[in-house]
Amino acid sequence: MRTLLQTILIAFVLATAAPALAQEDRRPEIGERLEIGMSTDEIAIASDFRGADLTIFGAIEGYDPRLLAQAKYDIVVALEGPKDNQTVRRKERVLGIWVNRRSMTFELAPESYSLSSTRDVDDIAPAAVLNSIGVGLQHIRLDPVGFFGDGSNVSEFRDAFRRLKETGGFYQRDPGGVQFISASLFKATVRLPANVPNGTHVVRAQLFREGVFISEKAMPLRVVKTGLEQMISNAAFNNPVSYGILSVILAVLTGWIASVVFRKD
Amino acid sequence: MTVYLPIAEISVNIFIILGMGAAVGFLSGMFGVGGGFLITPLLIFYNIPPIVAVATGANQVVASSISGAITHFRRGSLDIKLGTVLLVGGLLGATAGIWLFALLRRVGQLDLVISLLYVVLLGVVGVLMLFESVKALRRAANNQPVSLRKPGHHNWVHGLPLKMRFKKSKIYLSVIPVVVLGFSIGVLTSIMGVGGGFIMVPAMIYLLRIPTNVVVGTSLFQIIFVTAYTTVMQATTNNSVDIVLAFILMVAGVIGAQYGVRVGQRLRGEQLRALLALLVLAVGMRLAVDLVLTPDEIYSIVSEGVRR
Repeated sequence: MRTLLQTILIAFVLATAAPALAQEDRRPEIGERLEIGMSTDEIAIASDFRGADLTIFGAIEGYDPRLLAQAKYDIVVALEGPKDNQTVRRKERVLGIWVNRRSMTFELAPESYSLSSTRDVDDIAPAAVLNSIGVGLQHIRLDPVGFFGDGSNVSEFRDAFRRLKETGGFYQRDPGGVQFISASLFKATVRLPANVPNGTHVVRAQLFREGVFISEKAMPLRVVKTGLEQMISNAAFNNPVSYGILSVILAVLTGWIASVVFRKD
Repeated sequence: MTVYLPIAEISVNIFIILGMGAAVGFLSGMFGVGGGFLITPLLIFYNIPPIVAVATGANQVVASSISGAITHFRRGSLDIKLGTVLLVGGLLGATAGIWLFALLRRVGQLDLVISLLYVVLLGVVGVLMLFESVKALRRAANNQPVSLRKPGHHNWVHGLPLKMRFKKSKIYLSVIPVVVLGFSIGVLTSIMGVGGGFIMVPAMIYLLRIPTNVVVGTSLFQIIFVTAYTTVMQATTNNSVDIVLAFILMVAGVIGAQYGVRVGQRLRGEQLRALLALLVLAVGMRLAVDLVLTPDEIYSIVSEGVRR
Protein backbone atom coordinates (compact mmCIF):
# COMPACT_ATOMS: atom_id res chain seq x y z
CA MET A 1 0.00 0.00 0.00
CA ARG A 2 2.71 2.38 1.05
CA THR A 3 4.83 1.67 -2.03
CA LEU A 4 1.82 2.24 -4.20
CA LEU A 5 1.17 5.61 -2.59
CA GLN A 6 4.82 6.58 -3.03
CA THR A 7 4.73 5.63 -6.67
CA ILE A 8 1.62 7.71 -7.20
CA LEU A 9 3.24 10.64 -5.48
CA ILE A 10 6.37 10.39 -7.58
CA ALA A 11 4.29 10.13 -10.71
CA PHE A 12 2.36 13.22 -9.67
CA VAL A 13 5.50 15.23 -9.00
CA LEU A 14 6.95 14.19 -12.36
CA ALA A 15 3.72 15.06 -14.10
CA THR A 16 3.60 18.56 -12.63
CA ALA A 17 7.31 19.16 -13.16
CA ALA A 18 7.39 17.92 -16.73
CA PRO A 19 5.55 20.82 -18.42
CA ALA A 20 7.75 23.34 -16.64
CA LEU A 21 10.84 21.57 -17.89
CA ALA A 22 9.45 21.32 -21.36
CA GLN A 23 8.55 25.01 -21.56
CA GLU A 24 11.75 26.34 -20.08
CA ASP A 25 12.03 29.07 -22.69
CA ARG A 26 8.54 30.36 -21.94
CA ARG A 27 7.44 32.52 -19.03
CA PRO A 28 7.75 30.44 -15.88
CA GLU A 29 4.46 29.93 -14.03
CA ILE A 30 6.18 29.64 -10.72
CA GLY A 31 9.51 30.83 -9.55
CA GLU A 32 9.33 34.37 -8.18
CA ARG A 33 10.43 34.50 -4.59
CA LEU A 34 10.80 37.24 -2.06
CA GLU A 35 13.83 37.81 0.07
CA ILE A 36 13.77 40.32 2.90
CA GLY A 37 16.34 41.48 5.36
CA MET A 38 16.51 43.62 8.45
CA SER A 39 19.53 44.94 10.24
CA THR A 40 18.27 43.50 13.51
CA ASP A 41 15.86 40.94 14.87
CA GLU A 42 15.41 42.79 18.13
CA ILE A 43 14.46 46.36 18.92
CA ALA A 44 14.98 47.87 22.34
CA ILE A 45 12.57 50.65 23.20
CA ALA A 46 13.12 53.14 25.96
CA SER A 47 10.29 54.62 27.98
CA ASP A 48 10.39 57.91 26.09
CA PHE A 49 9.73 56.15 22.78
CA ARG A 50 7.45 58.22 20.55
CA GLY A 51 7.20 55.89 17.58
CA ALA A 52 9.72 55.13 14.85
CA ASP A 53 10.05 53.89 11.31
CA LEU A 54 11.39 50.44 10.61
CA THR A 55 13.00 49.94 7.23
CA ILE A 56 13.03 46.55 5.59
CA PHE A 57 14.97 45.78 2.44
CA GLY A 58 14.05 43.06 0.07
CA ALA A 59 14.38 41.70 -3.42
CA ILE A 60 12.26 39.76 -5.86
CA GLU A 61 14.12 36.75 -7.16
CA GLY A 62 13.33 34.84 -10.29
CA TYR A 63 11.25 37.68 -11.65
CA ASP A 64 10.13 38.24 -15.17
CA PRO A 65 11.86 41.40 -16.46
CA ARG A 66 9.03 42.24 -18.85
CA LEU A 67 6.42 42.15 -16.08
CA LEU A 68 8.72 44.07 -13.76
CA ALA A 69 9.15 46.77 -16.38
CA GLN A 70 5.38 47.04 -16.69
CA ALA A 71 5.11 47.34 -12.87
CA LYS A 72 2.98 44.22 -12.65
CA TYR A 73 4.52 43.17 -9.35
CA ASP A 74 3.17 44.43 -6.07
CA ILE A 75 4.66 44.03 -2.63
CA VAL A 76 2.94 44.30 0.72
CA VAL A 77 4.95 44.38 3.94
CA ALA A 78 3.21 44.21 7.30
CA LEU A 79 4.51 44.32 10.84
CA GLU A 80 2.13 42.24 12.91
CA GLY A 81 2.17 42.62 16.66
CA PRO A 82 1.79 39.82 19.20
CA LYS A 83 -1.54 38.05 18.87
CA ASP A 84 -4.08 37.81 21.62
CA ASN A 85 -7.76 37.09 22.03
CA GLN A 86 -9.41 40.47 22.04
CA THR A 87 -12.89 41.30 23.22
CA VAL A 88 -14.92 44.16 21.81
CA ARG A 89 -17.72 45.38 24.04
CA ARG A 90 -20.62 47.60 23.17
CA LYS A 91 -22.44 49.85 25.59
CA GLU A 92 -26.18 50.25 25.56
CA ARG A 93 -28.46 52.43 27.60
CA VAL A 94 -30.17 50.46 30.35
CA LEU A 95 -32.49 52.35 32.70
CA GLY A 96 -30.77 55.57 31.71
CA ILE A 97 -27.25 54.28 32.38
CA TRP A 98 -24.69 53.21 29.79
CA VAL A 99 -23.83 49.57 30.37
CA ASN A 100 -21.64 47.10 28.45
CA ARG A 101 -24.26 44.80 26.99
CA ARG A 102 -22.94 42.90 24.00
CA SER A 103 -19.47 41.63 23.36
CA MET A 104 -17.56 39.60 20.85
CA THR A 105 -14.14 38.02 21.24
CA PHE A 106 -11.86 37.74 18.25
CA GLU A 107 -9.43 34.88 18.29
CA LEU A 108 -5.73 35.72 18.23
CA ALA A 109 -5.94 39.08 16.51
CA PRO A 110 -2.73 41.11 16.29
CA GLU A 111 -2.46 43.81 18.94
CA SER A 112 -0.79 46.07 16.42
CA TYR A 113 -0.60 46.03 12.64
CA SER A 114 1.40 48.32 10.46
CA LEU A 115 0.99 47.93 6.75
CA SER A 116 3.12 49.24 3.92
CA SER A 117 2.56 48.51 0.25
CA THR A 118 3.42 49.56 -3.29
CA ARG A 119 -0.12 50.92 -3.67
CA ASP A 120 -3.45 50.63 -1.91
CA VAL A 121 -3.86 46.94 -1.07
CA ASP A 122 -7.42 46.93 -2.35
CA ASP A 123 -6.08 47.85 -5.79
CA ILE A 124 -3.41 45.15 -5.66
CA ALA A 125 -5.63 42.09 -5.44
CA PRO A 126 -9.32 41.20 -5.21
CA ALA A 127 -10.87 41.19 -1.74
CA ALA A 128 -11.27 37.40 -1.79
CA VAL A 129 -7.52 36.93 -2.26
CA LEU A 130 -6.66 39.42 0.48
CA ASN A 131 -9.18 37.83 2.86
CA SER A 132 -7.77 34.37 2.28
CA ILE A 133 -4.25 35.42 3.25
CA GLY A 134 -5.35 38.02 5.82
CA VAL A 135 -3.55 40.99 4.31
CA GLY A 136 -4.81 44.54 4.70
CA LEU A 137 -6.58 46.39 7.50
CA GLN A 138 -9.96 45.40 6.13
CA HIS A 139 -8.92 41.81 5.55
CA ILE A 140 -7.11 40.75 8.72
CA ARG A 141 -8.52 37.52 10.02
CA LEU A 142 -10.97 38.32 12.79
CA ASP A 143 -12.73 35.13 13.82
CA PRO A 144 -15.21 35.38 16.67
CA VAL A 145 -14.91 32.72 19.35
CA GLY A 146 -17.73 31.13 21.27
CA PHE A 147 -21.36 31.95 20.85
CA PHE A 148 -22.10 35.01 18.76
CA GLY A 149 -25.77 34.64 17.88
CA ASP A 150 -26.81 34.42 14.25
CA GLY A 151 -23.63 36.19 13.15
CA SER A 152 -25.51 39.21 11.85
CA ASN A 153 -23.55 41.57 14.07
CA VAL A 154 -20.09 40.13 13.37
CA SER A 155 -19.29 42.76 10.76
CA GLU A 156 -20.43 45.52 13.11
CA PHE A 157 -18.03 44.36 15.82
CA ARG A 158 -15.24 43.83 13.28
CA ASP A 159 -15.69 47.40 12.02
CA ALA A 160 -15.65 48.73 15.59
CA PHE A 161 -12.51 46.73 16.34
CA ARG A 162 -10.66 48.08 13.29
CA ARG A 163 -11.84 51.62 13.91
CA LEU A 164 -10.72 51.59 17.57
CA LYS A 165 -7.39 50.07 16.60
CA GLU A 166 -6.87 52.72 13.90
CA THR A 167 -7.85 55.67 16.08
CA GLY A 168 -5.64 54.31 18.85
CA GLY A 169 -2.70 54.23 16.41
CA PHE A 170 -2.27 50.47 16.76
CA TYR A 171 -3.32 49.74 13.20
CA GLN A 172 -1.76 51.86 10.47
CA ARG A 173 -1.24 51.72 6.75
CA ASP A 174 0.98 53.42 4.26
CA PRO A 175 0.03 52.78 0.63
CA GLY A 176 3.24 53.80 -1.07
CA GLY A 177 5.50 52.78 1.77
CA VAL A 178 7.12 50.14 -0.41
CA GLN A 179 9.38 51.59 -3.09
CA PHE A 180 11.60 49.98 -5.68
CA ILE A 181 15.13 51.29 -5.40
CA SER A 182 16.43 49.35 -8.36
CA ALA A 183 14.88 46.92 -10.81
CA SER A 184 14.01 44.26 -8.27
CA LEU A 185 15.30 45.67 -5.04
CA PHE A 186 12.76 47.34 -2.76
CA LYS A 187 12.60 49.23 0.47
CA ALA A 188 9.61 49.07 2.82
CA THR A 189 8.97 51.45 5.67
CA VAL A 190 6.64 50.35 8.42
CA ARG A 191 5.69 52.48 11.36
CA LEU A 192 6.22 51.30 14.94
CA PRO A 193 3.49 53.05 16.93
CA ALA A 194 4.41 54.91 20.13
CA ASN A 195 2.47 52.40 22.18
CA VAL A 196 3.92 49.39 20.35
CA PRO A 197 3.23 46.25 22.36
CA ASN A 198 6.06 44.34 23.94
CA GLY A 199 6.73 40.91 22.52
CA THR A 200 7.41 39.02 19.33
CA HIS A 201 6.20 40.75 16.20
CA VAL A 202 6.34 39.27 12.72
CA VAL A 203 7.42 41.09 9.59
CA ARG A 204 5.45 39.51 6.78
CA ALA A 205 6.06 40.35 3.14
CA GLN A 206 3.90 39.20 0.25
CA LEU A 207 4.49 39.31 -3.45
CA PHE A 208 1.61 39.73 -5.90
CA ARG A 209 1.74 39.47 -9.65
CA GLU A 210 -1.19 41.03 -11.48
CA GLY A 211 -3.50 40.52 -8.57
CA VAL A 212 -2.35 36.96 -7.89
CA PHE A 213 -0.67 36.08 -4.62
CA ILE A 214 2.69 34.47 -5.42
CA SER A 215 4.81 34.05 -2.34
CA GLU A 216 5.37 35.14 1.20
CA LYS A 217 8.33 35.63 3.48
CA ALA A 218 8.16 36.17 7.23
CA MET A 219 10.72 37.14 9.83
CA PRO A 220 10.28 37.54 13.57
CA LEU A 221 11.13 40.83 15.24
CA ARG A 222 11.33 41.05 18.98
CA VAL A 223 10.30 44.32 20.57
CA VAL A 224 11.82 44.64 24.01
CA LYS A 225 10.97 47.57 26.21
CA THR A 226 13.76 48.71 28.45
CA GLY A 227 14.12 51.07 31.35
CA LEU A 228 12.76 51.35 34.86
CA GLU A 229 9.11 51.37 33.80
CA GLN A 230 9.47 48.06 32.03
CA MET A 231 11.34 46.57 34.97
CA ILE A 232 8.46 47.55 37.23
CA SER A 233 5.91 46.17 34.82
CA ASN A 234 7.84 42.90 34.50
CA ALA A 235 8.05 42.60 38.27
CA ALA A 236 4.31 43.21 38.61
CA PHE A 237 3.51 40.42 36.18
CA ASN A 238 6.28 37.94 36.94
CA ASN A 239 6.62 38.27 40.72
CA PRO A 240 3.22 39.65 41.74
CA VAL A 241 3.45 38.57 45.38
CA SER A 242 6.84 40.22 46.01
CA TYR A 243 5.66 43.24 44.02
CA GLY A 244 2.54 43.55 46.20
CA ILE A 245 4.53 43.18 49.41
CA LEU A 246 7.03 45.77 48.17
CA SER A 247 4.17 48.19 47.44
CA VAL A 248 2.93 47.76 51.00
CA ILE A 249 6.41 48.21 52.49
CA LEU A 250 6.89 51.37 50.43
CA ALA A 251 3.57 52.73 51.72
CA VAL A 252 4.40 51.87 55.34
CA LEU A 253 7.84 53.51 55.04
CA THR A 254 6.44 56.65 53.39
CA GLY A 255 3.78 57.04 56.07
CA TRP A 256 6.16 56.29 58.89
CA ILE A 257 8.95 58.62 57.66
CA ALA A 258 6.41 61.41 57.26
CA SER A 259 5.18 60.94 60.82
CA VAL A 260 8.77 61.07 62.10
CA VAL A 261 9.73 64.12 60.03
CA PHE A 262 6.63 66.10 60.91
CA ARG A 263 6.44 65.11 64.58
CA LYS A 264 5.70 68.20 66.59
CA ASP A 265 7.87 67.55 69.61
CA MET B 1 6.91 66.98 33.15
CA THR B 2 5.34 63.71 32.18
CA VAL B 3 5.88 60.39 33.82
CA TYR B 4 4.91 57.03 32.40
CA LEU B 5 2.83 54.85 34.70
CA PRO B 6 3.95 51.28 34.00
CA ILE B 7 0.79 49.49 35.11
CA ALA B 8 -1.83 52.07 34.10
CA GLU B 9 0.12 52.23 30.81
CA ILE B 10 -0.41 55.93 30.24
CA SER B 11 1.76 59.01 30.47
CA VAL B 12 0.57 61.57 32.97
CA ASN B 13 1.63 64.99 34.10
CA ILE B 14 3.46 64.40 37.37
CA PHE B 15 2.37 67.78 38.77
CA ILE B 16 -1.30 66.94 38.33
CA ILE B 17 -0.84 63.67 40.23
CA LEU B 18 1.20 65.46 42.92
CA GLY B 19 -1.49 68.13 43.16
CA MET B 20 -4.20 65.51 43.44
CA GLY B 21 -2.31 63.66 46.16
CA ALA B 22 -1.56 66.87 48.07
CA ALA B 23 -5.15 68.14 47.83
CA VAL B 24 -6.64 64.87 49.00
CA GLY B 25 -3.94 64.56 51.66
CA PHE B 26 -4.79 68.08 52.85
CA LEU B 27 -8.49 67.20 53.06
CA SER B 28 -7.80 63.89 54.76
CA GLY B 29 -5.65 65.65 57.35
CA MET B 30 -8.29 68.32 57.82
CA PHE B 31 -11.21 65.93 58.20
CA GLY B 32 -9.35 62.99 59.69
CA VAL B 33 -10.28 60.60 56.88
CA GLY B 34 -8.12 58.28 54.79
CA GLY B 35 -8.92 59.95 51.49
CA GLY B 36 -9.28 56.77 49.42
CA PHE B 37 -12.87 57.64 48.54
CA LEU B 38 -11.66 60.89 46.94
CA ILE B 39 -8.42 59.63 45.37
CA THR B 40 -10.02 56.80 43.41
CA PRO B 41 -12.73 58.90 41.65
CA LEU B 42 -10.19 61.67 40.93
CA LEU B 43 -7.87 59.14 39.29
CA ILE B 44 -10.78 57.84 37.23
CA PHE B 45 -11.60 61.42 36.13
CA TYR B 46 -7.96 61.70 35.03
CA ASN B 47 -8.39 58.67 32.75
CA ILE B 48 -6.53 56.19 34.92
CA PRO B 49 -8.22 52.82 34.28
CA PRO B 50 -10.64 52.18 37.20
CA ILE B 51 -9.06 48.79 37.90
CA VAL B 52 -5.69 50.51 38.50
CA ALA B 53 -7.27 53.43 40.36
CA VAL B 54 -8.94 51.10 42.86
CA ALA B 55 -5.92 48.88 43.52
CA THR B 56 -3.57 51.86 43.76
CA GLY B 57 -6.05 53.69 46.00
CA ALA B 58 -5.92 50.83 48.51
CA ASN B 59 -2.12 51.01 48.49
CA GLN B 60 -2.20 54.77 49.03
CA VAL B 61 -4.52 54.40 52.04
CA VAL B 62 -1.87 52.23 53.75
CA ALA B 63 0.51 55.21 53.68
CA SER B 64 -2.07 57.81 54.69
CA SER B 65 -3.33 55.73 57.63
CA ILE B 66 -0.04 54.49 59.03
CA SER B 67 1.04 57.61 60.91
CA GLY B 68 -2.35 57.88 62.62
CA ALA B 69 -2.23 54.18 63.45
CA ILE B 70 1.25 54.55 64.99
CA THR B 71 0.07 57.47 67.13
CA HIS B 72 -2.94 55.56 68.43
CA PHE B 73 -0.87 52.46 69.03
CA ARG B 74 1.65 54.45 71.07
CA ARG B 75 -1.07 56.07 73.14
CA GLY B 76 -2.89 52.79 73.48
CA SER B 77 -6.11 54.41 72.30
CA LEU B 78 -7.35 51.32 70.51
CA ASP B 79 -9.07 48.06 71.40
CA ILE B 80 -6.88 45.33 69.95
CA LYS B 81 -9.37 42.56 70.71
CA LEU B 82 -12.20 44.43 69.00
CA GLY B 83 -9.85 45.40 66.17
CA THR B 84 -8.88 41.76 65.65
CA VAL B 85 -12.51 40.65 65.39
CA LEU B 86 -13.12 43.48 62.90
CA LEU B 87 -9.98 42.42 61.05
CA VAL B 88 -11.12 38.81 60.73
CA GLY B 89 -14.29 40.06 59.07
CA GLY B 90 -12.25 42.53 57.00
CA LEU B 91 -9.86 39.92 55.61
CA LEU B 92 -12.75 37.62 54.71
CA GLY B 93 -14.55 40.54 53.08
CA ALA B 94 -11.47 41.63 51.14
CA THR B 95 -10.98 38.07 49.87
CA ALA B 96 -14.60 37.90 48.72
CA GLY B 97 -14.27 41.38 47.23
CA ILE B 98 -11.18 40.48 45.22
CA TRP B 99 -12.93 37.42 43.88
CA LEU B 100 -15.94 39.53 42.90
CA PHE B 101 -13.62 42.16 41.38
CA ALA B 102 -11.96 39.56 39.12
CA LEU B 103 -15.36 38.14 38.15
CA LEU B 104 -16.77 41.57 37.27
CA ARG B 105 -13.65 42.33 35.27
CA ARG B 106 -14.07 39.12 33.29
CA VAL B 107 -17.65 39.91 32.33
CA GLY B 108 -16.81 43.54 31.53
CA GLN B 109 -18.92 45.18 34.22
CA LEU B 110 -16.16 46.23 36.62
CA ASP B 111 -15.96 49.91 35.63
CA LEU B 112 -19.72 50.24 35.83
CA VAL B 113 -19.97 48.60 39.26
CA ILE B 114 -17.14 50.75 40.64
CA SER B 115 -18.85 53.92 39.41
CA LEU B 116 -22.28 52.84 40.64
CA LEU B 117 -20.95 51.93 44.08
CA TYR B 118 -19.22 55.29 44.31
CA VAL B 119 -22.35 57.17 43.24
CA VAL B 120 -24.48 55.36 45.83
CA LEU B 121 -21.92 55.51 48.62
CA LEU B 122 -20.84 59.11 48.09
CA GLY B 123 -24.47 60.14 47.63
CA VAL B 124 -25.69 58.49 50.84
CA VAL B 125 -22.70 59.49 52.95
CA GLY B 126 -22.74 63.04 51.57
CA VAL B 127 -26.45 63.56 52.26
CA LEU B 128 -26.28 62.03 55.75
CA MET B 129 -23.22 64.08 56.62
CA LEU B 130 -24.78 67.28 55.28
CA PHE B 131 -27.98 66.78 57.31
CA GLU B 132 -26.06 65.89 60.43
CA SER B 133 -23.72 68.87 60.17
CA VAL B 134 -26.51 71.33 59.39
CA LYS B 135 -28.39 70.05 62.43
CA ALA B 136 -25.24 70.42 64.53
CA LEU B 137 -24.67 73.93 63.19
CA ARG B 138 -28.23 74.89 64.15
CA ARG B 139 -27.78 73.36 67.57
CA ALA B 140 -24.53 75.23 68.07
CA ALA B 141 -26.27 78.46 67.04
CA ASN B 142 -28.87 77.83 69.78
CA ASN B 143 -26.13 76.97 72.27
CA GLN B 144 -27.31 73.44 72.87
CA PRO B 145 -24.74 70.83 73.92
CA VAL B 146 -23.71 68.27 71.33
CA SER B 147 -23.57 64.66 72.42
CA LEU B 148 -22.55 61.82 70.19
CA ARG B 149 -22.98 58.83 72.44
CA LYS B 150 -25.88 58.23 74.71
CA PRO B 151 -24.67 55.68 77.29
CA GLY B 152 -27.26 53.21 78.46
CA HIS B 153 -29.18 53.50 75.23
CA HIS B 154 -29.33 50.08 73.59
CA ASN B 155 -30.53 49.14 70.14
CA TRP B 156 -31.31 45.86 68.35
CA VAL B 157 -27.61 45.16 67.83
CA HIS B 158 -27.20 44.51 71.51
CA GLY B 159 -29.77 41.72 71.52
CA LEU B 160 -27.71 39.47 69.21
CA PRO B 161 -26.09 36.23 70.49
CA LEU B 162 -22.38 35.20 70.58
CA LYS B 163 -21.47 37.97 72.96
CA MET B 164 -17.90 38.76 73.82
CA ARG B 165 -16.41 41.07 76.40
CA PHE B 166 -14.21 43.84 75.03
CA LYS B 167 -12.37 45.11 78.12
CA LYS B 168 -10.72 48.10 76.59
CA SER B 169 -14.00 49.41 75.18
CA LYS B 170 -15.83 48.44 78.38
CA ILE B 171 -18.50 46.83 76.28
CA TYR B 172 -20.19 43.41 76.14
CA LEU B 173 -21.14 42.92 72.53
CA SER B 174 -22.10 40.21 70.05
CA VAL B 175 -19.31 39.43 67.56
CA ILE B 176 -21.85 39.11 64.72
CA PRO B 177 -22.31 42.84 63.97
CA VAL B 178 -18.56 43.41 64.41
CA VAL B 179 -17.61 40.70 61.92
CA VAL B 180 -20.35 41.81 59.52
CA LEU B 181 -19.14 45.41 59.72
CA GLY B 182 -15.54 44.33 59.15
CA PHE B 183 -16.60 42.13 56.25
CA SER B 184 -18.55 44.92 54.52
CA ILE B 185 -15.63 47.30 54.87
CA GLY B 186 -13.29 44.61 53.49
CA VAL B 187 -15.49 44.21 50.40
CA LEU B 188 -15.53 47.99 49.90
CA THR B 189 -11.74 48.17 50.29
CA SER B 190 -11.13 45.65 47.53
CA ILE B 191 -13.80 46.87 45.10
CA MET B 192 -13.56 50.62 45.71
CA GLY B 193 -10.02 51.14 46.96
CA VAL B 194 -11.12 52.90 50.13
CA GLY B 195 -10.09 52.37 53.74
CA GLY B 196 -13.70 52.69 54.76
CA GLY B 197 -13.11 54.75 57.89
CA PHE B 198 -15.81 57.20 56.90
CA ILE B 199 -18.37 54.39 57.20
CA MET B 200 -16.74 52.35 59.94
CA VAL B 201 -16.31 55.18 62.43
CA PRO B 202 -19.98 56.31 62.38
CA ALA B 203 -21.14 52.67 62.42
CA MET B 204 -18.99 51.92 65.46
CA ILE B 205 -20.19 55.01 67.30
CA TYR B 206 -23.87 55.03 66.47
CA LEU B 207 -24.60 51.34 65.86
CA LEU B 208 -22.20 49.45 68.13
CA ARG B 209 -21.99 52.19 70.77
CA ILE B 210 -18.25 51.85 71.13
CA PRO B 211 -16.63 54.64 73.17
CA THR B 212 -15.31 57.40 70.91
CA ASN B 213 -11.83 57.40 72.48
CA VAL B 214 -10.98 53.98 71.00
CA VAL B 215 -13.05 54.17 67.78
CA VAL B 216 -10.55 55.93 65.51
CA GLY B 217 -7.55 53.91 66.71
CA THR B 218 -9.41 50.62 66.37
CA SER B 219 -10.72 51.43 62.91
CA LEU B 220 -7.22 52.47 61.77
CA PHE B 221 -5.89 49.15 63.11
CA GLN B 222 -8.38 47.31 60.90
CA ILE B 223 -7.81 49.63 57.90
CA ILE B 224 -4.03 49.23 57.89
CA PHE B 225 -4.15 45.45 57.73
CA VAL B 226 -7.08 45.18 55.35
CA THR B 227 -5.68 47.73 52.86
CA ALA B 228 -2.22 46.09 53.03
CA TYR B 229 -3.78 42.68 52.44
CA THR B 230 -5.93 44.07 49.59
CA THR B 231 -2.87 45.64 47.95
CA VAL B 232 -1.06 42.30 47.89
CA MET B 233 -4.19 40.48 46.69
CA GLN B 234 -4.82 43.03 43.92
CA ALA B 235 -1.19 42.73 42.83
CA THR B 236 -1.39 38.93 42.68
CA THR B 237 -4.88 38.54 41.23
CA ASN B 238 -5.21 41.49 38.87
CA ASN B 239 -1.64 42.89 38.50
CA SER B 240 -3.26 46.28 38.89
CA VAL B 241 -1.25 48.08 41.60
CA ASP B 242 0.72 50.91 40.01
CA ILE B 243 3.62 51.44 42.39
CA VAL B 244 4.81 54.60 40.60
CA LEU B 245 1.38 56.22 40.76
CA ALA B 246 0.92 55.08 44.36
CA PHE B 247 4.29 56.48 45.41
CA ILE B 248 3.66 59.92 43.88
CA LEU B 249 0.25 60.07 45.56
CA MET B 250 1.64 58.91 48.91
CA VAL B 251 4.47 61.42 49.08
CA ALA B 252 2.20 64.32 48.13
CA GLY B 253 -0.54 62.96 50.37
CA VAL B 254 1.43 62.65 53.60
CA ILE B 255 2.84 66.15 53.16
CA GLY B 256 -0.55 67.62 52.31
CA ALA B 257 -2.06 65.93 55.35
CA GLN B 258 0.32 67.74 57.73
CA TYR B 259 -0.98 71.11 56.58
CA GLY B 260 -4.55 69.83 56.53
CA VAL B 261 -4.33 68.86 60.20
CA ARG B 262 -3.15 72.38 61.14
CA VAL B 263 -5.96 74.07 59.23
CA GLY B 264 -8.48 71.57 60.56
CA GLN B 265 -7.62 72.40 64.15
CA ARG B 266 -8.56 76.03 63.60
CA LEU B 267 -11.95 75.32 61.99
CA ARG B 268 -15.06 74.09 63.74
CA GLY B 269 -16.11 70.47 63.36
CA GLU B 270 -19.65 71.07 62.09
CA GLN B 271 -18.46 73.51 59.43
CA LEU B 272 -15.77 71.09 58.37
CA ARG B 273 -18.23 68.26 58.07
CA ALA B 274 -20.64 70.39 56.03
CA LEU B 275 -17.78 71.29 53.66
CA LEU B 276 -16.69 67.68 53.32
CA ALA B 277 -20.30 66.64 52.70
CA LEU B 278 -20.58 69.11 49.82
CA LEU B 279 -17.31 67.88 48.34
CA VAL B 280 -18.39 64.24 48.62
CA LEU B 281 -21.69 65.06 46.92
CA ALA B 282 -19.95 66.93 44.10
CA VAL B 283 -17.66 63.97 43.35
CA GLY B 284 -20.62 61.58 43.42
CA MET B 285 -22.61 63.85 41.08
CA ARG B 286 -19.79 64.00 38.59
CA LEU B 287 -19.56 60.19 38.48
CA ALA B 288 -23.34 59.93 38.09
CA VAL B 289 -23.30 62.37 35.16
CA ASP B 290 -20.62 60.28 33.41
CA LEU B 291 -22.82 57.20 33.71
CA VAL B 292 -25.84 58.89 32.18
CA LEU B 293 -24.33 61.04 29.41
CA THR B 294 -24.00 59.41 26.02
CA PRO B 295 -20.34 58.37 25.71
CA ASP B 296 -18.24 59.46 22.72
CA GLU B 297 -17.38 55.86 22.02
CA ILE B 298 -19.72 53.01 22.89
CA TYR B 299 -17.25 50.30 21.91
CA SER B 300 -14.17 49.24 23.81
CA ILE B 301 -11.46 46.60 23.35
CA VAL B 302 -9.75 44.47 25.98
CA SER B 303 -7.01 41.95 25.44
CA GLU B 304 -7.58 38.69 27.23
CA GLY B 305 -3.92 38.21 27.94
CA VAL B 306 -3.71 34.68 26.54
CA ARG B 307 -1.05 35.86 24.08
CA ARG B 308 -0.31 33.57 21.14
